Amino acid sequence: MNSGVKKTSTYDVITMLAMSVLAVLFIFPVYWIITGSFKDAAAINAAIPQWFPQNPNLENFVRLFKNPALRWLFNSIVISIFAMGLTCVTAAMAGYALAKKRFIGQKVLFTLYICAMALPKQVVLVPLLKEISFLNLHNTLWAVVLPTVGWPFGVFLMKQFSETIPTEMLEAARIDGAGEVQTFLSIVLTIVKPGIGALAIFTFISTWNDYFLQLIMLNSKEVLTISLGIAKLQAEMSNDFGLIMAGAALGSVPIIIIFLMFQKYFTQGITMGAVKG
Amino acid sequence: MHNSISKRSRALIRRETISAYLFLLPSLIFFIGFVIVPMFMCLGASFFNYTMTDFEFIGLGNYVEMFQDSIFIKAFVNTVVIVVVAVPAVTVFSLWVGAAIYPMHAVSRSFFRCVFYLPVVTGTVAVAVVWKWMFNKYTGLFNYVLDGAGVIDQNISWLGDEKTALWCIILILFTTSIGQPIVLYVAALGNVDASLVEASKVDGATNLQTFWKIKWPSIMPTTLYILVITTINSFQCYALIQLLTSGGPNHSTDTIMYYIYYQAFKLNRYGYGNAMGVFLAIVIALFSIIQFRLTKAGNVD
Repeated sequence: MNSGVKKTSTYDVITMLAMSVLAVLFIFPVYWIITGSFKDAAAINAAIPQWFPQNPNLENFVRLFKNPALRWLFNSIVISIFAMGLTCVTAAMAGYALAKKRFIGQKVLFTLYICAMALPKQVVLVPLLKEISFLNLHNTLWAVVLPTVGWPFGVFLMKQFSETIPTEMLEAARIDGAGEVQTFLSIVLTIVKPGIGALAIFTFISTWNDYFLQLIMLNSKEVLTISLGIAKLQAEMSNDFGLIMAGAALGSVPIIIIFLMFQKYFTQGITMGAVKG
Repeated sequence: MHNSISKRSRALIRRETISAYLFLLPSLIFFIGFVIVPMFMCLGASFFNYTMTDFEFIGLGNYVEMFQDSIFIKAFVNTVVIVVVAVPAVTVFSLWVGAAIYPMHAVSRSFFRCVFYLPVVTGTVAVAVVWKWMFNKYTGLFNYVLDGAGVIDQNISWLGDEKTALWCIILILFTTSIGQPIVLYVAALGNVDASLVEASKVDGATNLQTFWKIKWPSIMPTTLYILVITTINSFQCYALIQLLTSGGPNHSTDTIMYYIYYQAFKLNRYGYGNAMGVFLAIVIALFSIIQFRLTKAGNVD
């Protein structure tokens, strides 16, 4: 059937067609958010939907910024950056130790990390809130950052990347008299750099979007994130879809742009981070 | 002689162990502090009548109450429906898309991969609010399109009707769940031994035969992983419920996770919430073990 020569079969055409239709359907919600954010009340509530805003204006954004939407955005950025930085540092160190050192308790520890990854993360939130309140961190940005850093996915991902470090290089460095810290900084980090890139972008996006954790840990006005802000707008003015779409656009467009810029790293991270059965 | 070697290697192991734990220390502080400790707190609190005012050991009391709580039973059934529908749908669909876009040119492959990942990146809240608008009875697109196509003759309140609400939730959950599986399947198909595929083609196997005999077995570990992560995610379905229906109408979209949240944070019944959490964790573990067994068994023959 397939003689080695690549030619376009009916099957290929149908697949391409099906994928293109699906692509339109998957892009559509984002398109609807963005166009919706520029529509006035009349266009939003029109009986016949305006596929393209006929009278685009910034009115929704003007109203959005009367809320402290920039403050929300700022909080989201701060949380995501801190979670990203701390996760990368701790995970790179731990992943290297798990992959390249032989030590007492290694198997047990690694198994513990893997088992914890299979745990339903959200279940732990109930006691986590108690703990965070006990530490007097409730309603601070740390309440979201610290638990995010504790999540074992990053350690697992960095262990996968650290496996690729040639042991001979580490041996050679030791013979040359390099200390542990120097070896880590000059050899390990150079080799696992793509892994750190993948983990950084992955952590940033998932922290930005971790609505449930934010919902439980943050409820005073000055610490709300953009996700919480949109949810608040929706709860308070449920049919003002123009305003809500402006909020959704503000919350999602920056993160989509970041994703598109770094999607190569991202894909690599997801693939390397998969536990093979 | 022998003794001194083993003494030296023991010293080496000790040194390696110390340096390994120093590298692990920062990570362990966070991991133990914010994952392991709360895990045990969850288990411990589940045996207590633990509220704002009470803290009293009641043994399995919370667990007994759980099975007599008709709303919990309803939430459990809803959650199982979500899992049983969403997990196979996500797995089959992402395998189909993965297989369809894998042979494409690198640019279009990467394009489609991004497109299907888009709902994940957009974020649960933004996705939920735009779908809420599209499902709206008066200004939503669904009613407009379906009405125009003659499928329905009067506007439906999609999220406000017991018959449709849960299915709407499942549909949105589906769109936000397929991104990662597709990326994984495309990568797994790229790792299939090309010489085996060639050999089977030389032997005159059709594309479909090659798929089932060669590719399917070798992407089995990926399938297992996708089944497990999708199951874990679907069991924990919470944010969409909270944002779209709050469990209504008439508890038709209550999930275990939503009910845990309601009991623990709205009614301040921490002990009871934690008991349901422990139960959910056990159910998820059982599902994962079953999937593991089934896919392993399928792999042997």
